[in-house]
Amino acid sequence: MSRPRLIACHECDALQRQVRLEPGRRARCVRCGAVLYRRPKGGLDDTFAWTLSAAVLLVVANAFPVVSLEVQGQETHATLFAAAQALHGQGMTAVAALVLATLIVAPALELGGLLYLIAPLRSGRVAAGFATLFRLVHALRTWQMFEVFMLGIFVSLVKLSHLASVVPGLGLWAFFGLMFAAVAAAASYDEHEVWDRVEAIRERSLLDTATAGAAR
Amino acid sequence: MTAFTLTAASQGLCGCHACGLVSRLPLQAPESRCPRCDAAMHIRKPNSIGRTWALIIAALILYVPANVLPITVTRSLFGVQSDTIMSGVAYFWNTGSYDLAIIIFTASVFVPLAKLLALSFLTLLAQRHVSWDPLQCAKLYRMVEFIGKWSMLDIFVVALLATLVDFSALAAISAGPGAIAFGAVVVITMFAAMTFDPRLLWDSSGIEVRQGRASG
Repeated sequence: MSRPRLIACHECDALQRQVRLEPGRRARCVRCGAVLYRRPKGGLDDTFAWTLSAAVLLVVANAFPVVSLEVQGQETHATLFAAAQALHGQGMTAVAALVLATLIVAPALELGGLLYLIAPLRSGRVAAGFATLFRLVHALRTWQMFEVFMLGIFVSLVKLSHLASVVPGLGLWAFFGLMFAAVAAAASYDEHEVWDRVEAIRERSLLDTATAGAAR
Repeated sequence: MTAFTLTAASQGLCGCHACGLVSRLPLQAPESRCPRCDAAMHIRKPNSIGRTWALIIAALILYVPANVLPITVTRSLFGVQSDTIMSGVAYFWNTGSYDLAIIIFTASVFVPLAKLLALSFLTLLAQRHVSWDPLQCAKLYRMVEFIGKWSMLDIFVVALLATLVDFSALAAISAGPGAIAFGAVVVITMFAAMTFDPRLLWDSSGIEVRQGRASG
């Protein structure tokens, strides 16, 4: 059990007492109704499992073509790297960078960072550079765009289906799974629980060194 | 605690934007950091109104080339055709794909503009210390934050088309300069939403917080 604690609403700054929630419930601000914190049904193990799946799917999604197009025996394949290369080749380096940043770099850093934070926590250790990585993962959250990309694939498929035969690739299904895994990972990730665990581990190690010192 | 609770700022406290820990800010300390996660702490985001205005104006200026310049250029046996965002919408509308026409119009034309107008309105309220139904404003702000990334849709569509339609003799699609301007609009408006501090909307409201207990 965590100690009662104050929480300041991130949207309206109202100060209120944090209460322990039932699993699956959310706490809303008394003044503005913003979601202050949640208590996911699953614990860190769920987050770890979903994040790991998402990381594997991210690799698959980028290794195989998302869509292929066939016109009179000629075939073209779209992986995300190929898309970035094509845009760069057309002098659209900024757009290429934007696509790479939102669909590869940001998710890779976020998922990798999350695994790096959570894996040691599960066995009672705090990873080195925990605070820095935590802030990075927290900041990258806003830039998660898999669902937008899925809609983009769908629009492109419709646009091209009049012109040529469009073949969905393995990358497409990987992105589809990735979208769900990323949502599930985010839904089970509880930043408050993470910090409660970190503080508990730190307190215990302080206590251990204190008792070890006393015994000597 | 009495029946009234106040804002964190009025008590000299500040909630960390990254990890949520509420801590006391030392008086006259421009640079203070969260004792738990080391994030920079600000009672209110620094120079929020000025920065948000700067980003809004930059995005409004770029909104013009984003809509006037072509985002795709199609070279085929029949010649060269340039398409702007609106001509893409018109294409889907004229070919009977009304649903896609509406989706693209919403994501690419309506959302960026609505977002910029909504954010301008909120920033103006905060700047003038006018309080106009902060609860509705809070909802508007949440909407602005939520819809921002969906405007990336057209960027992803252009990236896929430019990669897939590359049949040198028959047809090739490349991204046009409008795509750079449009991508910039999306990214800048997302930053504008992040720079704006929604707590400013409540600071001038004078609404007291009653019984600070968060409930599920």
